[in-house]
Amino acid sequence: MIIEVEGLRRTFRVSEKAGRFRRSHREVVAVQDVSFTVPEGETLGYVGPNGAGKSTTIKMLTGILVPTAGRVRVCGLDPSRQRKKLARRLGVVFGQRTQLWWDLPLLDSFELLRDIYRVGQTQYRERLDECTELLGLAEFLSTPVRQLSLGQRMRGEITAALLHDPRLLVLDEPTIGLDLESKARLRSFLAELNRTKGTTLLLTTHDLDDIEQLCRRLMVIDHGRVLADGELAGLRGSVAAERTLTVDLQEPADLSGIPGVTAIKADGPRVHLEFLPSEVSAAQLITAVAARAEIRDLAVGEASIEEVIRRLYDLRPAPQA
Amino acid sequence: MADTLRVYAGILHARWRIAMSYRTSFAFEITGQAIGQLTEVVVIALLFTRIRSMGGFDVTAVLLMYGFSAACFGLADTVVGQVEKLPQLIRSGELDAMLIRPLGLLPQLCLLDIQLRRLGRLLSGLLILGVAAHRAPIDWTWDRFLLVGLCTVTGAVIFSAIFVAACSISFWVVEGSELANAVTYGGTAFASYPLTIYDRILRRLMAYVLPGAFISYYPTVTLLGIRDPLGLPGWFGWLGPVVALLSCLVAGLIWRTAVRRYRGTGS
Repeated sequence: MIIEVEGLRRTFRVSEKAGRFRRSHREVVAVQDVSFTVPEGETLGYVGPNGAGKSTTIKMLTGILVPTAGRVRVCGLDPSRQRKKLARRLGVVFGQRTQLWWDLPLLDSFELLRDIYRVGQTQYRERLDECTELLGLAEFLSTPVRQLSLGQRMRGEITAALLHDPRLLVLDEPTIGLDLESKARLRSFLAELNRTKGTTLLLTTHDLDDIEQLCRRLMVIDHGRVLADGELAGLRGSVAAERTLTVDLQEPADLSGIPGVTAIKADGPRVHLEFLPSEVSAAQLITAVAARAEIRDLAVGEASIEEVIRRLYDLRPAPQA
Repeated sequence: MADTLRVYAGILHARWRIAMSYRTSFAFEITGQAIGQLTEVVVIALLFTRIRSMGGFDVTAVLLMYGFSAACFGLADTVVGQVEKLPQLIRSGELDAMLIRPLGLLPQLCLLDIQLRRLGRLLSGLLILGVAAHRAPIDWTWDRFLLVGLCTVTGAVIFSAIFVAACSISFWVVEGSELANAVTYGGTAFASYPLTIYDRILRRLMAYVLPGAFISYYPTVTLLGIRDPLGLPGWFGWLGPVVALLSCLVAGLIWRTAVRRYRGTGS
């Protein structure tokens, strides 16, 4: 297990104005009772709305913050106590803050990081050449970081995080603000990295395409608690999300009253039927529709990942005051 | 330690290359910093065309004090001055990015953003100290040379400790930089003039709480062999190293507490 988290909890003391001079203090729970393990080579997407506790969890995993309670092991180390040792085995990419030196050329930043992480010259050259080729860095290696586009900078950030060959790469909203092409390029690079080197990926994101294309496993957090954790396919089933049957009918017909169908939307001759797979199978439904009207064409759709997550939020227990 | 030094050399090299590729702008920055410092010397010189002594000291002694303060500040500012960016780094989250690197936080803070333009102040400070010491009626025995060298280093260490301690405030107060500036720049201003011109409370504060008096006042008094108007013995100027060590211990403690608080240890 590359990450082991058990009963993780983190509270913050927030002080508020309670009068002209008095201040009152309040405990705010950012993360409570979070437990999970991540095996080596896993790709895990960590999602949740803003303020759900994602960043706080990441900060505890990387040793920036000390947990209020609970046990954390990352790469076999205690992150907050063995911060520097862990730093050598861990790569972290923050989408919204830079690891690079703003006014130095990109290559200078890499060389400084090489010294900071004590990366041997051979390994450094290998990693740099590899990233330069796969991420297309060659044209802007000698450009100061402040002059790079966001897409170029992110490619630089990823390289910077990989120079010391970490076993675990943590990405905090890596695709935020990137255009479609840059996103696609980044995702395929990360997927490749995971496949060829077995680097474990943990990423937080608001872009669910990141999850769909990169992550085998999804963890949903809200109000500091884990709402769901599992493979995407399994989660789809567990929330019993509706699937959709779309049929093009020869003649308009009344399709109401079929068991298991939760909503019907007609769009001219095209009708969308949302149904619960737990109550009626796609085949049964098609048979039922075919009995009432002649079907010209049909398609069955999965619940989108947005739908799955929305459902998970709907199912969550009411937050404690 | 060897690691830190190698990283230091690396960053200096990178910064120097940048400076050299923008030579004119770098020269202006250095000159600007130096002129700012030298202007204050002109002010002191002008002042002494009207007055004969300041707090019981003549122009050579006052310039010597100013020289110690300027040189020590320049040295401290060059080495640890970057800590003043702490509030900004906390707000932008860049401090978190530093915490995921395998180096201590304070070395990173000081090293990684080192500003070569600060050399302007350091060089002008050393120049002022050199000229003031040269013009002063001092019999240059080896122990007096040693005292000047020693006091420049210990004074810089004391300033550095004050910088670090003051900047630690930002971990508690988000907008702590104004308060920190008041302590650091205020402390420098105090250390630049004879202790005797301040009233008793400020004097005690400077001598014992923020040990600014050990940066310039006591070294000057000892160096010139003047009887201290405040009645302290002449060897007080040699206490610099002890005071510097104590300052570091206190600053280190404050810094550690602040960082622990930031990371949430035991809260």
